[in-house]
Amino acid sequence: MNPIIETHAVSKVYQGNNVSIRAVDNASISIFPGEFVGLVGPSGSGKTTMLAMLAALLKPSEGEVIIDQVRLSKMSEKDRVRFRCEKIGFTFQSNNLIPYLTVLENVELMLRLNKRYDRSSRTQAEELLFRLGLQDRMNNMPNQISGGERQRVSIARSMIHNPSLILADEPTASLDTQRAFQVTQTYSELIHENGKAGIMVTHDLRMCKFVDKIIQIEDGKISSILNNRDEIEALIS
Amino acid sequence: MSFYLAFKEVWRNRGRFFLFSLVIALITTLVLFIAALSEGLATANKQFLVKLGVQSLVFQKNVDLSANTSRIALSKRNDITRVEGVDSVGAIGLSNAAIVSPSGEKDLNVSLIGVESGRPGEPPVLSGRNLLTDRGSEVIVDQNVADQTGVKVGDRLRIKSIQGSKEEFYDLDIVGITDSRQYLFQPSIFIPYNTWDQVRPQAAAGSKLMETVSNIIAVKMKPESDATEVGKQIEDQVKDVEVTDIKTAYESAPGYQAQQSTLNTIRVFTLLIGILVIGGFFQIQMLQKIPLIGVMKAIGTSNSIVAAAVVLQIVLVTTFGVILGTIATLGLAAGISGNVPVIFDGNSVVIAILTLLSIGPIGGLVSVRLAISVEPLIALGLSA
Repeated sequence: MNPIIETHAVSKVYQGNNVSIRAVDNASISIFPGEFVGLVGPSGSGKTTMLAMLAALLKPSEGEVIIDQVRLSKMSEKDRVRFRCEKIGFTFQSNNLIPYLTVLENVELMLRLNKRYDRSSRTQAEELLFRLGLQDRMNNMPNQISGGERQRVSIARSMIHNPSLILADEPTASLDTQRAFQVTQTYSELIHENGKAGIMVTHDLRMCKFVDKIIQIEDGKISSILNNRDEIEALIS
Repeated sequence: MSFYLAFKEVWRNRGRFFLFSLVIALITTLVLFIAALSEGLATANKQFLVKLGVQSLVFQKNVDLSANTSRIALSKRNDITRVEGVDSVGAIGLSNAAIVSPSGEKDLNVSLIGVESGRPGEPPVLSGRNLLTDRGSEVIVDQNVADQTGVKVGDRLRIKSIQGSKEEFYDLDIVGITDSRQYLFQPSIFIPYNTWDQVRPQAAAGSKLMETVSNIIAVKMKPESDATEVGKQIEDQVKDVEVTDIKTAYESAPGYQAQQSTLNTIRVFTLLIGILVIGGFFQIQMLQKIPLIGVMKAIGTSNSIVAAAVVLQIVLVTTFGVILGTIATLGLAAGISGNVPVIFDGNSVVIAILTLLSIGPIGGLVSVRLAISVEPLIALGLSA
């Protein structure tokens, strides 16, 4: 089985005022279909920069990122936009939803952007929202639902167009513990059910309860990769 | 996709966008009224000259094309007629008088215009008949006079003219009514040339020149003639005259250029204010939307979709505002006093509306540029 994500000795160096900062240093990882990975580390460790490179938002200074057998370094900016739209599902910490679209329209948005919106799209979006317990919120505006519900809508939006890779940047940062666990569990279930590769950036180790692998980053370097359930539980506790 | 995003945002925030459309509607109303006022004032100045139906006017030389100052002896009219390419000519005398109201109400000031029967300058009548002689006590009144005084063909009109320091009254029989032919902001009445020479205001009663003079001479060219070329020949062959076209003639009228340039300056500044207001509104809105646009770009929305959505939004709001403003202007125009010289000329209204529609996208260009420059990395709290 081919990995969905491969990085080979990826580094990102920021230049400024005669000082170069190596935000990510020589990182090599592989993530396979059905794998939900927690990317953890302290603030400023480079995990968001890593996520940005995996999302084709940032070009590495060195190394290669391969997503779904496609080398991102070969892509033009226009192709990267197209690639993000088709292959990646995104959830952010905040400002996630389009405020002037209803919950249902927010989820459908990815199908419209991919020019795959047809008669069955509404049913598809409704079923996904039903699966996430948002059947009574479909016609609400984002400001009419709670933070947890907004993140679940965001999860639905990141999944609806059947991307290969799901990326989440601190999706539970603004939620209380109980809702944060619910959101993470939902992520885990959907990623496993649909055979996607998922990466969740978090600085809260408790949220790694539902992940299959933890990649720890410190000072831009991958300090450890934990695959074993016991090791993961030990780290969380 | 762009229209979907633009429409949804406008519709879901319709209160805010409606208020902004109202601002555009107010600007539209102002611009259309200025355009109508400009047209109305210009018409009140030049209508008689424009409707003369001739190609050229002859003025006395070195009077800066001032019809009031110009004096041309009638003998020169015959010299002009003999110039190759001239079809017909007519002497025109221009002065002022007042129509005395039989009921004792306020007199109506009019342009008293002397014309030669059957020659260029005499207006075609809508009802009644043309002047028969150059001496009779006949008068053709324009539609404005008919409307304001209620006179009709067959009625007798009394006009007041100052002769020396005395008021003299003359009775004239209305033989015809012509269309609106305002000159220097006054409605016009047309009388036979020699009668005009008698009744026009003069420095002293009966102070007549040795030879009858007119202010200007209207020249109708033969169809195959080049008006400019014939004009030069007139200037060469007839002493001390200056020939000009109609447009130059009315643009040389006292105050015409100053008035029109003032109104045009106001119109340009109003449009500039419009551009700044629209630009400012969309720029502030765009600044508030930067994090959202970052997210949209991060999830795969292209720059072209984002930019087109912004432009469409501006076009939607501007178009709605311009439609509202146009309706409001038409409503106001229907209720405005007849004394205000506003004329909604088709061409100037269309030009004003097209200009107003274009100021939206022009004003919004800065916000489009800002939208394009937003980095998707903002969604992750990073910067390029």
